[in-house]
Amino acid sequence: MKKLSKLSPGRAVMYLLLSAWAFIQLFPLYWMFTFSLKSNQEIFGENPVGLPKNWLWSNYTNVVENAHMLTYFFNSVIVTVASIAVVSVFGMMATFALTRMVWRGRGAMRMFYMLGLSIPIHAALLPVFIMLRDMKLLNSHLSLVIPYSAFALSMAILIFIGFISGIPTELEESACLDGCSIYGIFFRIILPLMRPAISVVAIFTFLQCWNELLFASTYATDWHYRTITVGIMEMTGQFRTEWGPIGAGLMAATLPTLLTYVLLSDKVRSSLVLGAVKG
Amino acid sequence: MDKVMSDKKAVVIFLLPSFILFCAVIIIPIFMSAGYSLTEWDGTRAKVFIGLQNYKELFSSPVFLKSMLNSLIIAVASVLIQLPLSLLLALCIAHGVKGEKFFITVFFIPVILASVVIGQLWARIYNQNGLLNLFLRALGDKDAKTAWLGGMKTALPAVIVPILWQYVGYHMLLFYSGIRSISQDIFEAAKIDGASFWRTCSSITIPLLKPIIEVSVTFAVVGSMKTYDLVKVLTNGGPASASEVITTLLVRTMFYPGNRYGYGSAMAIALIAECFLLYLALGRIFREKPEKLEKPLKDERSAA
Repeated sequence: MKKLSKLSPGRAVMYLLLSAWAFIQLFPLYWMFTFSLKSNQEIFGENPVGLPKNWLWSNYTNVVENAHMLTYFFNSVIVTVASIAVVSVFGMMATFALTRMVWRGRGAMRMFYMLGLSIPIHAALLPVFIMLRDMKLLNSHLSLVIPYSAFALSMAILIFIGFISGIPTELEESACLDGCSIYGIFFRIILPLMRPAISVVAIFTFLQCWNELLFASTYATDWHYRTITVGIMEMTGQFRTEWGPIGAGLMAATLPTLLTYVLLSDKVRSSLVLGAVKG
Repeated sequence: MDKVMSDKKAVVIFLLPSFILFCAVIIIPIFMSAGYSLTEWDGTRAKVFIGLQNYKELFSSPVFLKSMLNSLIIAVASVLIQLPLSLLLALCIAHGVKGEKFFITVFFIPVILASVVIGQLWARIYNQNGLLNLFLRALGDKDAKTAWLGGMKTALPAVIVPILWQYVGYHMLLFYSGIRSISQDIFEAAKIDGASFWRTCSSITIPLLKPIIEVSVTFAVVGSMKTYDLVKVLTNGGPASASEVITTLLVRTMFYPGNRYGYGSAMAIALIAECFLLYLALGRIFREKPEKLEKPLKDERSAA
């Protein structure tokens, strides 16, 4: 309390503003958590904003049993993990050729890859749909892994290039003198040193794929391959009037991202902002 | 070393996988879209070449023009409401407050959540018995029962609020890291000179943040053109295209009964062109400004 009395009016306004905004950001999320554990009776009647009176965990089992939520969840996991793997491997290989190797047209090729940063995904939506249809790949995990990794590639290369320029070339030179081949240099020297960069790219790709809606709702409509975002969008049709299970579904889709953020908040933030500052 | 590093075969091996993926999914489709946009096609029957007919229809279509206008309104709202708010929050946090880390962490949470989740959540906030109406009832309006997303006048603003709400933390962080990268000496000098918080912000921090502000404005404007998820979940463009944006219209034209692939592709090309033109226009605006800014600064110095 002593400290508070020392606050100048300007400072007080600052704290007020920051706290008000924190409240505006957090309250809807708190509210989502509470209604995921309530019955309609509570939400619309006696207790719309308080903590649940009896915690209705059955909303969660309900959504798993009646809305294939577990299938959607694992589809999202499979698609996301596969995309991260493809982006990391392809991106690292390209970055190595684009930065460490010596060849004509390297600079132009770098610019070419950076084109992907500004092209809206809507340009690819229909043509890729036609390609996937003709290759009989619609409604498969691959139908999402392919566009997801392609659209994450440019940002991954941008991030990798930023990191690799901080690695001194002496290591490669001495490995080369020891008779290490170019593939040996890549796998034994560059890749291990680039682990922090790969984790940043992985987080970035994870958030993109896990939260993606447009490709997912167009290419993987069959419920066996549906991802969690599409499942959530369509939940309103199924639980038209029941809010509890819808809240439970929203929580299920949010938990992995929130958990990642709680554990690695600095890394998550820098993975999303890095591209903006460098590009 | 050079010999090993200029191995042509290795270059091809390292580059090929990403190159094929990149061309197949991103580069070639742009040309395919451009080609489709000159045809009448539903995906099953043969394509019929109709020249620029789709584009003519596009720019005389009231729905398309309306959706373009709505996208621009979202962009303007981002620049005029979201960015100043983000900047203000960043200035406050960087000024050195208790719980700096806490505020940054909290403000960034909505950024990482799926827009679909945020859309579903806000749909419930806007519900007739949702949080907003409850709040209005608590304020005294006993029968607040507006269906915010269903009204012709309220739908677009109701969609814009969560769009802005979600990314305030993102821009705040951009500004904040920008401020942190400014040399601390300048701020100390200002303090010694007795400059107030506002004076420091307006004459030192904000001018030095200009490059970051430009990035933020570009992101906000071009990002607004690409907004899809939140609009799709909240209103799907309705009622009667009151909140229609280019992307929702494009998806409906292509993938809902009728499957107007050619016409939809013309929209995709128009969207790419619009994003590109906005990039150029913003770049031009930002390039012109420094000259105007430099002069008064010089005057001030000579006057002092």
